Amino acid sequence: MADATTTTKSDQAVRLDIYRMMQEARLFERRAQDLFLEGLVKGTSHLALGQEAIAAGFASVLGTKDMVFCTYRGHVHTLLRGAPMGPLMAELLGRGNGICGGKGGSMHLTDVSSGAMGSYAIVGAHMPIAAGAAWAAKERGTGQVAVCFFGDGTTNIGTFHEALNMAVVWELPVVFVCENNLYMEYTPIGQVTAVEHPAADRAAAYGLESIVADGNDADEMRAVALRAVEQARSGGGPSLVEAKTYRHGGHSRADPAKYRPADEVEAWLARDPIPAYRERLIADGVDAGELGRIEAEALAAVDRATEEAKAGPPPDPASLETQLWSDGGSAWRN
Amino acid sequence: MAELTYREAVGRAIAQEMARDETVYFIGEDVAAAGGVFKTTEGLLDRFGPKRVRDTPISEQAIIGAVMGAAMNGMRPVAELMFSDFFAVCWDLVANQIAKTRYMTNGQVSLPLVIRTANGGGVRFGAQHSQSIESWAMAIPGLKVVVPSTPTDMIGLFAAAVRDDDPVIVVEPKVLYASKGDVPDGELVDKLGTAKVVTEGEHVTLCALGAMVPKAVEAATKLAADGISAEVIDVRSLVPLDTATILESVGKTSRLVTVEENPRLCGWGAEVASIVADERFFDLDGPVVRVTTPHIPLPAADALEDLAIPSVDRVVEGVRRATG
Repeated sequence: MADATTTTKSDQAVRLDIYRMMQEARLFERRAQDLFLEGLVKGTSHLALGQEAIAAGFASVLGTKDMVFCTYRGHVHTLLRGAPMGPLMAELLGRGNGICGGKGGSMHLTDVSSGAMGSYAIVGAHMPIAAGAAWAAKERGTGQVAVCFFGDGTTNIGTFHEALNMAVVWELPVVFVCENNLYMEYTPIGQVTAVEHPAADRAAAYGLESIVADGNDADEMRAVALRAVEQARSGGGPSLVEAKTYRHGGHSRADPAKYRPADEVEAWLARDPIPAYRERLIADGVDAGELGRIEAEALAAVDRATEEAKAGPPPDPASLETQLWSDGGSAWRN
Repeated sequence: MAELTYREAVGRAIAQEMARDETVYFIGEDVAAAGGVFKTTEGLLDRFGPKRVRDTPISEQAIIGAVMGAAMNGMRPVAELMFSDFFAVCWDLVANQIAKTRYMTNGQVSLPLVIRTANGGGVRFGAQHSQSIESWAMAIPGLKVVVPSTPTDMIGLFAAAVRDDDPVIVVEPKVLYASKGDVPDGELVDKLGTAKVVTEGEHVTLCALGAMVPKAVEAATKLAADGISAEVIDVRSLVPLDTATILESVGKTSRLVTVEENPRLCGWGAEVASIVADERFFDLDGPVVRVTTPHIPLPAADALEDLAIPSVDRVVEGVRRATG
């Protein structure tokens, strides 16, 4: 969709930033995986390895006041919205210097100050919440756009349909982005869904354009994002984007993903969004040395974040019964 | 001072807060053009316009999700859930999202929102439109729950709920919508977490909530004729719970009876009984008695529903057991 051969200088700067974001996301996720294997990330984690182009493409167009809502597979969206990497890593490690003080964890990452409005661990819950945030933006005239990322499995739960209908009827500035990685947890989405494109084929039911995009092409994702975000911001109402992509790993840390055919995995690994983008940038005249510097800086940033996280203290026991209520406490009686 | 029905008090309460604060919006099913299925919100659309008073589709998850998202982004929204039974279709948004978000984000997100809902039995609607859900709500950390029993309390507690920075569920006993009471003129703002002694007494404390309050008061009048002086407390707020008022009363009377419309298991009165047993055990002179609906769904037939919900006679009988 984006014409990679006619980039202007400013476009080139944006594309280098997209490359930086994807590198940071990839290395952050790999580090999270390593730290899980070391026993430092506990519980579970749902990695977005392979899906970085969608987050980076959208992140490259959003303004500082825009709001991103994502799922339990939310490390990358939270990072690329601008959450500080060290405290983000510390949250995965359950440290007191985590962005949520250790109360959120891998599936519940929020950094309101950067517009990362939460990772929602119940499938579909954030669809109407994002619509509501967009409703307030519209009524208050703030010009903000809400972007709501969700998986293909979400298209079969009620909130998906309730939120889309209300967002269209109320003409809300919200962009719904389905990251279709072909599997709802462990089951192929096609096996349990009435239509081929789980999101795009439902768009017509809500009077929306059917949009299927290559979620592994960061330029295309940026172009799709620009159009949808601008439509929302200018009063044109919501969009529903289906971005096709692929998880490099299983659903969660407990899942080796043996249910996926080897040839399918191989084909999608060959379409890894990051090397493909690197090749394209070089073909467009970007100096490989510059990309190497970006890669080295990304690795250094992840190393620093890891050290900051590991050095963090466990949460203060006194924080256990805090921040249930707006007075900072948790008292339920006098 | 003017005499208002509870129904009229709901409308006045919403209007009072919408007129005061332009970030207060009100949405729900049939609440705008139709004025609500219980006619509690008539006139609000005309007064505040279609942006601030808005009809929604029958999409309880979208309604509750929308007020949560709006509360995250600068609004103080109010949602009506037409019947409290419908919490069951949007419980994820209420219990997993709204209730937990402030804690999970370590205080980054405030949710100043109100969900008001018609609750309870006594109107022959059957099991799916008559439940008392206040005990469900109070069991979830992160939700405040109030149950006004008079027109004045409806206005004052609703105003306090809207002005609170945390999510508050305002539970309206639908059987009371036609009840009347004198309401002071001017702005009314009450306080969450405060119970009220509505009848003073010496021999037994009756803790009642919502539609059970007038029944407890009537029972106290009957008991007085037999020389038993009952103190009636309108609990009003389940979260926060005004245990100080309850414990002080039991300290005086040494006996406790709870009067609850909910089914037996895990009703709010069980928590009150537990606190009293723990903290006033040596003041008690008799068993703590809970008068509740049996542990059944509410039947539709008037003859059966009247047997199920605590009656004045059952409250009197409960007091006799407690004062044995």
